[in-house]
Amino acid sequence: MTVHKSPLRARAEADLAGLKLRHPAVFRAPLGARLMTAAIATFATALAVYTLWRFGFSPLKFVEGLGKLGTVVVLMVPPDPGNQFWNYVVALGETLAIAFLGTLGAALLALPVSLLAAKNVIANRIIHFSSRRFLDTIRGVDTLIWALIWINVVGLGPFAGILAVLTSDFGAFGKLFSEAIEAADKKPVEGVVSAGGSDLHGFRFGVLPQVMPVLLSQILYYFESNVRSATIIGIVGAGGIGLYLANEIAQAEWPGVAFLILMILGTVAAIDWISGKVRLAIIGTRGRVA
Amino acid sequence: MKTVLTLPPAQLAPLARGYAAAVAAKRRWTIGGIALLAVLSLLSGWIGQVDPVKFWSGLPRFASYFYDIVPRLRLETFFADIAEWFWNFDGWLALLWDTLLIAYVGTLFGAIAGFFLCFLASANVTRSASVRFGARRTLEFCRTVPEIVFALMFVYAFGFGPMPGVLAIAIHTAGALGKQFSEVVENVDMQPVEGMTATGASYVETIRFGVVPQILSNFVSYTLLRFEINVRGATVLGFVGAGGIGKELISSIRQFYYADVSAILLIVIGTVFLIDWLTELLRHRLLSLNEAGR
Repeated sequence: MTVHKSPLRARAEADLAGLKLRHPAVFRAPLGARLMTAAIATFATALAVYTLWRFGFSPLKFVEGLGKLGTVVVLMVPPDPGNQFWNYVVALGETLAIAFLGTLGAALLALPVSLLAAKNVIANRIIHFSSRRFLDTIRGVDTLIWALIWINVVGLGPFAGILAVLTSDFGAFGKLFSEAIEAADKKPVEGVVSAGGSDLHGFRFGVLPQVMPVLLSQILYYFESNVRSATIIGIVGAGGIGLYLANEIAQAEWPGVAFLILMILGTVAAIDWISGKVRLAIIGTRGRVA
Repeated sequence: MKTVLTLPPAQLAPLARGYAAAVAAKRRWTIGGIALLAVLSLLSGWIGQVDPVKFWSGLPRFASYFYDIVPRLRLETFFADIAEWFWNFDGWLALLWDTLLIAYVGTLFGAIAGFFLCFLASANVTRSASVRFGARRTLEFCRTVPEIVFALMFVYAFGFGPMPGVLAIAIHTAGALGKQFSEVVENVDMQPVEGMTATGASYVETIRFGVVPQILSNFVSYTLLRFEINVRGATVLGFVGAGGIGKELISSIRQFYYADVSAILLIVIGTVFLIDWLTELLRHRLLSLNEAGR
């Protein structure tokens, strides 16, 4: 490739030594910063190498595995549901139901609790602190673990999945909602109260209109993400398409696996598109979270 | 006494009508939305086999489950009881260390892959529409397929152990971070890039000196957040045999080793808290460094 030199570059290159003398900082970072970068890079690499050694990583086994994976991919074409198509469709419906009811239920239950965890609503520090830690603990347990626990209660099936998504999102929503409420501007509330409104009026007409777009946007975002997590919750037996996915992989039915993955990709894309439209319709661009 | 100023009725009436119409329209939207939500909820309840009777009759079991997993600690034999509760503490810590390392290496490899792919997916630094399309669809595929599905397939190809877990997390991370990175790249100030182009710099030089200095701190911040998410994700990868503490957890839940369940959960939740706290600290340091540098 011939490098096309612009006049600017030619002039800069002609006076390179002079430029280096006049602007040393541009050409060489300070020693401290360079040492810091080198130290971080060395530590990161060393930890990665240690990990690969600890996990018994061998390039030979890796290439062997890649070959096996390649065979799997070849066997996946063409995707074919076999005679299971309608079972898959029903399972996909279950997945959507799990995501929908789980998200909705979590949002409805989390709203009152998030008030307890918001500093500007409940001034009591003990209540504030303990409700925050309570929500953190619920969030710290993965949806799949909640699914295993709920299976003990209501048995195998999508109902356990709904309850699992509901429980883990309850923790997440409680935290997010309380943060949104804390960030709300106080002045509208003061206005409502000074016009003779009660505290409840202040919340309804001062806080709620401010936080509603943010909350709805977060709920929609979680619905999208729950559709993804509800696709795998069936792996532990809590309903939805994950059960079929795990079974087909275990039996090495690769065309079926490919078909299921394509169904999941299509559904997720459709849900993202719909929720984008809903977000625009009810929130406008104002409530979009970065 | 003050008089309240009001408009003459002839001017007031159309305004009042307009207000009433606007309120009625909004109310119709709200009622319509709630009705749609109710219909969808009933439909989902039917498909999802929601059963309030089963729920109420099962609820005591939910409470008693938590009662059962709490160990019996007596004051007189307190330390012996604690020791018995955490009887396999060293073994669990080793598995947890595996989990953290899976998350670390998975995040590292995924971030490197996402870093190289994100420029190809950004409209302002990649002109070719077909390259962009290819890069974007690849990233989409990587982040939409759940990591546990990748893990299931990799366990089939590479055998049981932590390596399939690392690969699954790396691929998912590449997809998720690649998208976030390319959004950052698309929002950079283009003047340095134009300056680089004006000097006749190559594509790689333009990216290295025109784009990377603007985006590095954002990239590190997103990567730390993703590491947090991946630590949570790696705890359950063991459910499908992809290494770490998850295998121990699911077998103790399935075999009703109640005290083990609570001990492992406590260790996991404690570690997740610790990691969250540390990464938040790091991110705040990074942000304040960034602001001081500006």
